[in-house]
Amino acid sequence: MQAGTAATPWAVELDDATVAFHLADARVYTAVEQANLAVKDGEFVAIVGPTGCGKSTLLNIAAGLLRPAGGAVRIFGQPLTGLNRDAGYLFQAEALFPWKTAIENIAIGLEIAGVRQADARQRAEGWLASVGLGAFGNRYPHMLSGGQRKRIGLAQVLIRNPKILLMDEPFGPLDAQTRQIMGNLLLELWSADRKAVLFVTHDLEEAIALADRVVIMSAGPQARIIGDWRVPLARPRDIFEIRLEKEFHALHREIWSVLKDEVMKGYVQSSQVAGAAP
Amino acid sequence: MNRLHLLLCQLLVAVVIVGLWQLFSTVPIFGRMILPPFFFSNPVDVGAQIVAWFVAGTIWKHLAITLWESILAFVIGSLGGVLFGFWFARQPRIAAIFDPYVKMANALPRVVLAPIFTLWLGLGIWSKVALGVTLVFFIVFFNVYQGVKEVSGTVLANGRMLGMNERQLMRHVYWPSALSWMFSSLHTSVGFAVVGAVVGEYLGSAAGLGYLIQQAEGVFDVAGVFAGMFVLSAFVILIDIGVTLVERRLLVWRPDAAGSRI
Repeated sequence: MQAGTAATPWAVELDDATVAFHLADARVYTAVEQANLAVKDGEFVAIVGPTGCGKSTLLNIAAGLLRPAGGAVRIFGQPLTGLNRDAGYLFQAEALFPWKTAIENIAIGLEIAGVRQADARQRAEGWLASVGLGAFGNRYPHMLSGGQRKRIGLAQVLIRNPKILLMDEPFGPLDAQTRQIMGNLLLELWSADRKAVLFVTHDLEEAIALADRVVIMSAGPQARIIGDWRVPLARPRDIFEIRLEKEFHALHREIWSVLKDEVMKGYVQSSQVAGAAP
Repeated sequence: MNRLHLLLCQLLVAVVIVGLWQLFSTVPIFGRMILPPFFFSNPVDVGAQIVAWFVAGTIWKHLAITLWESILAFVIGSLGGVLFGFWFARQPRIAAIFDPYVKMANALPRVVLAPIFTLWLGLGIWSKVALGVTLVFFIVFFNVYQGVKEVSGTVLANGRMLGMNERQLMRHVYWPSALSWMFSSLHTSVGFAVVGAVVGEYLGSAAGLGYLIQQAEGVFDVAGVFAGMFVLSAFVILIDIGVTLVERRLLVWRPDAAGSRI
């Protein structure tokens, strides 16, 4: 698939991207092998796979935090060198600056880009309200709950208005109800100006409920992309309700029949070779 | 146990110790003194000596000099520690080259340096400041080094993805992290600044609390030695309270330092 450089519809393209790590004993661990994935501008793509299959690795390649050992990465048609400046990244682990208050955490992305502090703060106030934490601006991260911290993280990323949103199991550590609330919040904010989204999760239901496309990865090592489904559910969606729909169940059953084997493989492998994955 | 109760218990400990000291050093038991006054003096004499110093006003000069030496030692040692800690943490090769020498220098008992500093810097305050600096420097150095090294990889990656360049990472990520480690060692490093000053004075000087203690010792004035020790303890506790206040203000963001605040 050769996209023109000028008006490419692809926000993110991974061509045969391969990721390998050198282990301590000089062996090479191939985490992801020849992954091909293309995300259209404005498209919400979820990557689902068993634990340790290299989903996050794929995301780090798209972010430019990791160099692929082979293959190419293109962002809006341009080969990616260095960090992906068009992308906002929501991490799985705690990524807020603990020494900054909620409002400072949100405003920082603008301040370092040269926006005047007063303006940056004012826009940050707006985002604070958008994620429903208007009254919590002066709290430090440790004074907020896990879900509140994720909201701040979301605002921190979105305030820079990135063209691509990379999300690495962002709601993984949250409880089930909070995850659904966060999912709805994400869809609400995303639908305002549809960015390209690459959303990594191990939760198939979450993936179907949120995404336009669901991509399945095989169990690692040498994980590959083994399936790609379009989600035919209408938007706007309410992810509390959507789980009850017939189409949702049909698609879930279909994808799960493929994913199940990989999950079992992944489980067996991870219980056999402890410490092989980096 | 509430605060008042705790305070009463703490006071009780002091009263019992001072009471026993007074008893054993003034009242003979079975015909002999358990604490001979020549070696142990007694609390009343020690107290009288302290009062005399404050009434005459001579103590203020000595306190001021010790305080000034401690502050200088702390400031210079901290600045050096922060600079080198940062530099070594960001340049692993430099750190690797200097590693054995840093360890050697840190293992050296500082007291042996005192005569050298006196030779180099004279009997004035600077030889004492230098001694304090050698103590403070290493504490701050190791903590800042650790602080820069232990910045969370995720927070760092987040900074990068938010568009920070090296300079901005330094200011918004490495610096606050290193500072928090430095402040966590603040009590220790301030304490060592005072130790450096007093030990330096004790080994050779014309003023300061260490000098006062040394002078008293020179004429076997045990009451004077104890009085000097008590004034020194009170002085250190006051400084420590000051440090706690500064720490509370600067480390509000930290869950453990914030303590009772939520």
